[in-house]
Amino acid sequence: MMRVASLVAALLMSLAVSVSFAAAIDPLPPLSGAQQEHYQQLISQLRCLVCQNQTIADSTAPLALDLREQVHRQIAEGRSDAQIRQYMTDRYGDFVLYKPQLKPRTILLWFGPFVLLALALITAVIFTRRSRRRPVPVAVDQQALQRLLSEEDGR
Amino acid sequence: MRFAIPIVVLVGLLALLGYGLRLDPRVVPSPLIGKPAPAFDLPNLQGSARVTPLDLRGRPVLVNFFASWCAGCQVEHPVLMQLAHEYGVEIVGMDYKDTQEAAQQWLDRHGLPYRSVIADQQGTAGLDWGVYGVPETFVLGADGRILYKQIGPMTLEAWREHIAPLMTAGRAS
Repeated sequence: MMRVASLVAALLMSLAVSVSFAAAIDPLPPLSGAQQEHYQQLISQLRCLVCQNQTIADSTAPLALDLREQVHRQIAEGRSDAQIRQYMTDRYGDFVLYKPQLKPRTILLWFGPFVLLALALITAVIFTRRSRRRPVPVAVDQQALQRLLSEEDGR
Repeated sequence: MRFAIPIVVLVGLLALLGYGLRLDPRVVPSPLIGKPAPAFDLPNLQGSARVTPLDLRGRPVLVNFFASWCAGCQVEHPVLMQLAHEYGVEIVGMDYKDTQEAAQQWLDRHGLPYRSVIADQQGTAGLDWGVYGVPETFVLGADGRILYKQIGPMTLEAWREHIAPLMTAGRAS
């Protein structure tokens, strides 16, 4: 009798444990097909801050998992792209976006390389023009030239 | 003087690259600097009371995200102990994605630098505070604003150079 009672107690306890475990991690709400697509698209545009050259779609870091879960939940709640992006940048800054937004602070980032390229091209053009310029003919004393040439021949 | 321009350009470029080398790409500046500490409502580690950012107001505090599973936290632990017990700094621990037993054991073994410990077992506060790798330490002014964020283990240099001046100034704010 005691054994049955302890068995029942053990079963009840394991049930309680599994119930509390399930309560701790609420299951993710399902996404519709379009939402699923939206989700995939969005997570491949957000950076994992732990493994910085991976998106949260690619990374297996726990942080990436958390952020994917956030994106999933927020899409299920019907939040827009802009809202989810805002949520991420509010916490992690612009660096979390793989494609930085175009704004005054990022102008150098977006256009700096083209400015450098233009400068390099201009410099290259100036230098090649300068070196291609023909040397200006110098007035030559013809008699002196003849003298020098005949000296050369006479040697 | 033919090479004056190329040399100036080269020196400029080297200066820029040299500056770039000294930046740590792992340190991502927090957008939360200057903003009020993000809201949370979490139990303390003993589970005896609930804590919100309002409890952190009125004096400058360090909020240190740590975990018993975090290697960097062991590295910084002696520094936190020193700050708390020699310098009298108020440090609030935020136990990130951890269990109560593991955290308690870890603190028993290594010592308690924290005035109080908040249990962020799901990491929700961590998410809202933009934590991406423990240990991370936030400096809060008396008005509850985030003044500074130390990413990675706390060091005495960081304390001396960045944090101590803010804590002194934070007393007034």
